[in-house]
Amino acid sequence: MSVMHKYIRSTKKFPHLWCAGCGNGIGLSALVRAIDSLGFNRNEVILISGIGCAARAPVYVDFNTLHTTHGRALAFATGIKLVKPNLHVVVIMGDGDAVAIGGNHFIHSCRRNIDITAIVFNNRIYGMTGGQCSPTTPRGEYATTVPYGNIDYAFDICNLAAGAGATFVARGTTYYARETERFIRKALEHKGFSVVEIISQCPTIYGRLNKMGGPIEMLRWLRDHAVPIEKVRQRWSGESNLLKEDLGGKFLTGIFVDREASEFVSEYYKMAARVRSETRRKTKQTRRKR
Amino acid sequence: MARKSVSMTKLALTGNEAVAEAFRQVNPDVAAVYPITPQTELMHKFSEYVYDGKVETELIAVESEHSAMSAAVGAAAGGVRAITATSANGLALMWEVLYIASGLRLPIVMAVVNRALSGPLNIHCDHSDAMGARDSGWIQIYSENSQEAYDNALQAFRIAEHSGVLLPTMITMDGFIISHTTEVLEILDDAAAREFVGEYKPMYTLLNPEQPVTMGPLDLQDYYFEHKRQQVEGMYNAPAVIEQVAQEYAALTGRKYGFIEAYRMEDAETAVVVMGSAAGTTKDVVDTLRERGIKVGMVKLRVFRPFPHEQLAEALSHLKSVAVLDRCISFGAQGGPVYMETRSAMYGKEIPIYSYIYGLGGRDLIPSLVESAYNDLFEGTPDPKMRYLGLRE
Repeated sequence: MSVMHKYIRSTKKFPHLWCAGCGNGIGLSALVRAIDSLGFNRNEVILISGIGCAARAPVYVDFNTLHTTHGRALAFATGIKLVKPNLHVVVIMGDGDAVAIGGNHFIHSCRRNIDITAIVFNNRIYGMTGGQCSPTTPRGEYATTVPYGNIDYAFDICNLAAGAGATFVARGTTYYARETERFIRKALEHKGFSVVEIISQCPTIYGRLNKMGGPIEMLRWLRDHAVPIEKVRQRWSGESNLLKEDLGGKFLTGIFVDREASEFVSEYYKMAARVRSETRRKTKQTRRKR
Repeated sequence: MARKSVSMTKLALTGNEAVAEAFRQVNPDVAAVYPITPQTELMHKFSEYVYDGKVETELIAVESEHSAMSAAVGAAAGGVRAITATSANGLALMWEVLYIASGLRLPIVMAVVNRALSGPLNIHCDHSDAMGARDSGWIQIYSENSQEAYDNALQAFRIAEHSGVLLPTMITMDGFIISHTTEVLEILDDAAAREFVGEYKPMYTLLNPEQPVTMGPLDLQDYYFEHKRQQVEGMYNAPAVIEQVAQEYAALTGRKYGFIEAYRMEDAETAVVVMGSAAGTTKDVVDTLRERGIKVGMVKLRVFRPFPHEQLAEALSHLKSVAVLDRCISFGAQGGPVYMETRSAMYGKEIPIYSYIYGLGGRDLIPSLVESAYNDLFEGTPDPKMRYLGLRE
């Protein structure tokens, strides 16, 4: 029995609704393997999601799961983490969910450095509603709402997260699933806001509209276009982790940010303890004066 | 049926496609769009018209429904015709801006494809989305089928933009049941539709150096109350306009719309009040019961805001009892929203009125369920509290 079978809600929630060849299952499996390898008690893990194809992921696995509204999963997760700081809080989002309708929550979670792991399945399109252009649809590419090519610039989710203050930022692909699993494991171990973007394939819509072939061709495309950041660092021997050079249509993968910084929930409880003790001291002093 | 004065084309369209077709004919200046099931297909279809150059609309795909309504407000304030469409949580996310649209008297037209609100998550039809917005100052018109959705969409612009009204207007259709079901309907030819809707001439706009105006600034204890009263005036003026527009539309198409539709009500002893696609099912049940010699009728509400209390009370005044079917729950209230409005309209009349909740989250309303409501009325066994149709308890 595979690790996956220990966790899937196979009798209740299957068959799943993802299309044949979708990358979401690979992303979810990587997450589940990462959680399992860390030996987390499943009752201490909570998966939270919003709306969309990616947001279906928590439905299929046996952890504590909460399905919320479009773009707001991180806001719900913030509330949960504050009252249950010991839980491993994981949010699964798609690209539209994370950086379009939920973009505000995303950057503020990064800024706050709250100890939550955000996994973004980036298939560069709104899959569930029929292939609308998303904020990560590359310029010049096609979606149903941009039949003559997208004229908007795409968000680089990792750059956005790093710029907004996330303390762990990594990008993997569904092709390099083991590597992605390693990134997720590190993200789960990280204290602070961690983001793992998984570049994924949507053969049903994105692949079809952009003539990328079937799932296998799309996975090969990921293999051929993912450039590990280490290679680039070696070549330029520069330490600038997010480079601006044109990669000729390729994209960087790897861990871009991994740094320590004070974490929101610990700071919050520290402050609460401090303020309470000060208040007690003041009250005692006032009593003595009387 | 009255005589038609223009040629019409028969097409097989889904409800979404029918409204997109109406929007194409209207050729609005701005459309702000964001996908949500089951509305998505509507604006998808419309965006095809934009990209194919069949309309001159500026279409912007924004990043949320809040932004969609905000963009529509911006466009309308700039003096142009603006549209959008949404469902369920999309409408809920627009909430804040719905009030800004109505408070600024911007005649935006929005198609609402009715869907249940989360949570738990559900994508199927009920009216809880639009009913939640019933006090937002928007005119609300409900549709029974694709034909009505198309007809209501064309009429909505005339109603919203009338100088005595100037209120945003939502036209609704039942998610999936109408939005995704293909039906044959008649559409006007483009020239006739455009002539009917006419050119939009805004009274006040931003960006007009000859007549600079400020919209939406701080309005405290000094004038806010008066401005709200003016919105009420728009709602008071709306019925005459809705009627006038319906008459003109009937002269054009032969299809006559009122605030309500009374079905086999002349000698009816009891009746059901209903909105949306359930009216079609109910008409079938009425026919079946009539064949058995049971004198029943049905009243379909087309306009919910402004609420046609006089017309409804008149239509129901000769009955022995009434059942009101709501596809929405008002938690903690005495009944569904349509029920409460109906009871209020019938104040002072000694006719018992009962509340039935049906079809939440897309639960099917099959004819036997409607029949059971009629049976309750005839057998004198209705529940004075709410009763539920098709619920497992």
